[in-house]
Amino acid sequence: MTDPAYSVARLDGVRKSYGAVRALDGVDLAVLPGECIGLVGHNGAGKSTLMSILAGTGSPDHGQITINGAVQTAWTIQATRVLGVRVVFQELSLCPNLSVAENTRVSHAALNGWGGARRAANLIRASLDEIFPGHGISPQDIVGDLAIGQRQMVEVARAFTVTDDPLHLVILDEPTSSLDAETARQLLAHVRRAVGKGISCILISHILGEILATSDRVVVMRDGKVVADAAALGLTRESLVAAMGGARLRDKATRSVQDKTQPVVVSVPGTIGLQARKGEIIGLAGLAGHGQTRMLMQVFEAAGRHGRGVQVSGAVALVAGDRQTDGIFPLWSIAKNISVRSLGALRRGLFIAADAEVAMAASWREKIGIRTEDLDNNILSLSGGNQQKALFARALGSDAQIILMDDPMRGVDVGTKLDVYDLIRAEAQLGRTFLWYTTETDELDNCDRVYVFRNGQIVAALDHSELTEEKIIHSSFAEVAS
Amino acid sequence: MTGLAPIAARPSFNTGRLLRTLLPALSMTLILLAIAWLNPRAISYFGFSLMLNLAIPIALATVAQMFVITINELDLSIGTFVGFVGCVTATWLHDAPLFGVLVLVASVGVYAGLGALIHLRNLPSIVVTLGMSFVWQGLAILVLPKPGGAAPDWLKAFMGFQTPFVPFPIIAAVVIGLVVHFGLMRSSYGAVLRGAGGNQQAIGRAGWSLLKTKVVMFALTGTFGVISGMALIGITTSGDANIGNGYTLLSIAGVILGGGEFVGGRVSPIGAVIGALTLALAASPLLTFMHIPPDWQVAANGVILITVLAARALIGRKGA
Repeated sequence: MTDPAYSVARLDGVRKSYGAVRALDGVDLAVLPGECIGLVGHNGAGKSTLMSILAGTGSPDHGQITINGAVQTAWTIQATRVLGVRVVFQELSLCPNLSVAENTRVSHAALNGWGGARRAANLIRASLDEIFPGHGISPQDIVGDLAIGQRQMVEVARAFTVTDDPLHLVILDEPTSSLDAETARQLLAHVRRAVGKGISCILISHILGEILATSDRVVVMRDGKVVADAAALGLTRESLVAAMGGARLRDKATRSVQDKTQPVVVSVPGTIGLQARKGEIIGLAGLAGHGQTRMLMQVFEAAGRHGRGVQVSGAVALVAGDRQTDGIFPLWSIAKNISVRSLGALRRGLFIAADAEVAMAASWREKIGIRTEDLDNNILSLSGGNQQKALFARALGSDAQIILMDDPMRGVDVGTKLDVYDLIRAEAQLGRTFLWYTTETDELDNCDRVYVFRNGQIVAALDHSELTEEKIIHSSFAEVAS
Repeated sequence: MTGLAPIAARPSFNTGRLLRTLLPALSMTLILLAIAWLNPRAISYFGFSLMLNLAIPIALATVAQMFVITINELDLSIGTFVGFVGCVTATWLHDAPLFGVLVLVASVGVYAGLGALIHLRNLPSIVVTLGMSFVWQGLAILVLPKPGGAAPDWLKAFMGFQTPFVPFPIIAAVVIGLVVHFGLMRSSYGAVLRGAGGNQQAIGRAGWSLLKTKVVMFALTGTFGVISGMALIGITTSGDANIGNGYTLLSIAGVILGGGEFVGGRVSPIGAVIGALTLALAASPLLTFMHIPPDWQVAANGVILITVLAARALIGRKGA
């Protein structure tokens, strides 16, 4: 398609797997000089993995990287800097304890010795002035004192500073997520200016209007592959949404018609409020990190309390998605990990009834199929999927009638998933309510109703009958910066 | 331009941060005022020389501790390490200087190795250094089973130096504070080192070796521990395996008193030195002047520490 000698960066057949999950499945991408590429895709499409490979923080399992015509054998972070590739990561990469100028120094080894501090201050001030006139940030400000939007401005401005190393390609991963409309406009205008000077940019954004207005070419990723690559001029928001995965027809799992007479057990007020009836499975959808987990936490905290705002009637239990930090007790046995939520019920006098605890764990091993010889083994002896099953057993074995699930199927194999889906549906039939945040659109088929989140707000409520991937993606991506 | 208003507003001048920066100096001033009120004669060249006599080794140990705290680690072995260095100084450095120097350099190498070990194996530094504290203690007893030995003459002369007008401990404290301040707070690699405590990932993504930052910081801790032990022996003129045991907790208290924080790479070398001086002044001179019996001095010292730290916490909350 393009002559490799002329591309700034070129990826050929790049593959990358994390365990059983194939994040990138043979990606080809060429970035021409003075070109802005818009990169879009739904959750788990492989955008972030692709960027980490380009940034040198992750190495591909297969495939080759060519920068300025030279094939890279040892592609490291150091090499990216020397060859002029900069990345503005989505999670901010500034040191909060350092000043703006010091953060600039950290990313430029050339700013050392006497006067280095002053040169760094001048460099970042000039860059901020150029990109965000009227920014109100002093190089001496400590980054931790700045508002989140200002930090993002510093991070972007820093990526455009130049000392010894050249600047050919800037990768911006959701650069406008914390910026207001005016600042975002300034940034995108600067991207166009930089492109005019021959610098290439890759812009990742969930705001399709931004992508279409700023990019020369749009690349759409789905399931670790590039599925569309076309000039931005001929594209519309609808065609992008369709390319991201909306066109697939899906066979609906049969769900019994819901009984609208059941009592509402969870209600969250809002422009579009969330309501969950007894026995319903409610899906929380949208791009990752747009407020779904926060809402689950609000519901969790509101349980058992009376007050305005979030109303919850009944006990709740949470199935954590981030097993290692929020879920398991890594030093405990499988049985103890299962019973910890139900210790109140397993009590005999002041003590835990050991036989009841063992019985509970054993019954859930059967019910949910935890593959282990001995429930007294350490929880870490289980595979990831089985650890997650133990966490489901912990929640489902408790007295809770409302189960909150925080993207619980991350890194879980298909077999386990199908087992758990059946279990969730069976438990819902028995009158339990599920609030299910998931980043996998397929899982939403199990839900009676789906709420789509964007920027911390519910932007759409879809009943099972009207649920399509296209509608979800449509709601997840904003038209313009809001 | 109205759309810019919310983010263009200058961050309001952070009075909380300013107060917290000044708190170490403020608390030392308060202690000095109390001393001056209780015993005006103590505020003199001779009085300061006497009161701050042991402050220099404490300040050096505090700076040593500050280096590891900068990268979110803790050194529980600095006290016994200072004791070990003291024993080496009072014996080998006096009797066989070349061998003594070799041993001290090797001990700094051990510190650097610990930094590498902690980084590579992802070990908690508290556990590693707690273990090392027994190793240093044991080695110190092996080197000098009974209190004794003698400080090298040049070291005694240096530590006993009578500077004109301003007492030697004050000059030494200023020099230590400024040297470390310029090294850690002003140099570009100093920013990288502190950044490693603030956001490790950011430093890694900027292409710096995190292993190197850990090794450098632990080696600096070892180096300042060595200087602290030598300074201590220069003052006391003889060694004792247990001489530095109190320094571990004093050094941590000094860093915190001086405005440092346990995590996040927020430290202040000048603050740490002031914190160490404050602790040294509050430790015995003030309490002796207040006629508090020695039995109660340790407890009274603790009360002062809690008061200052509580004030810091209150200011920190208001500033946030």
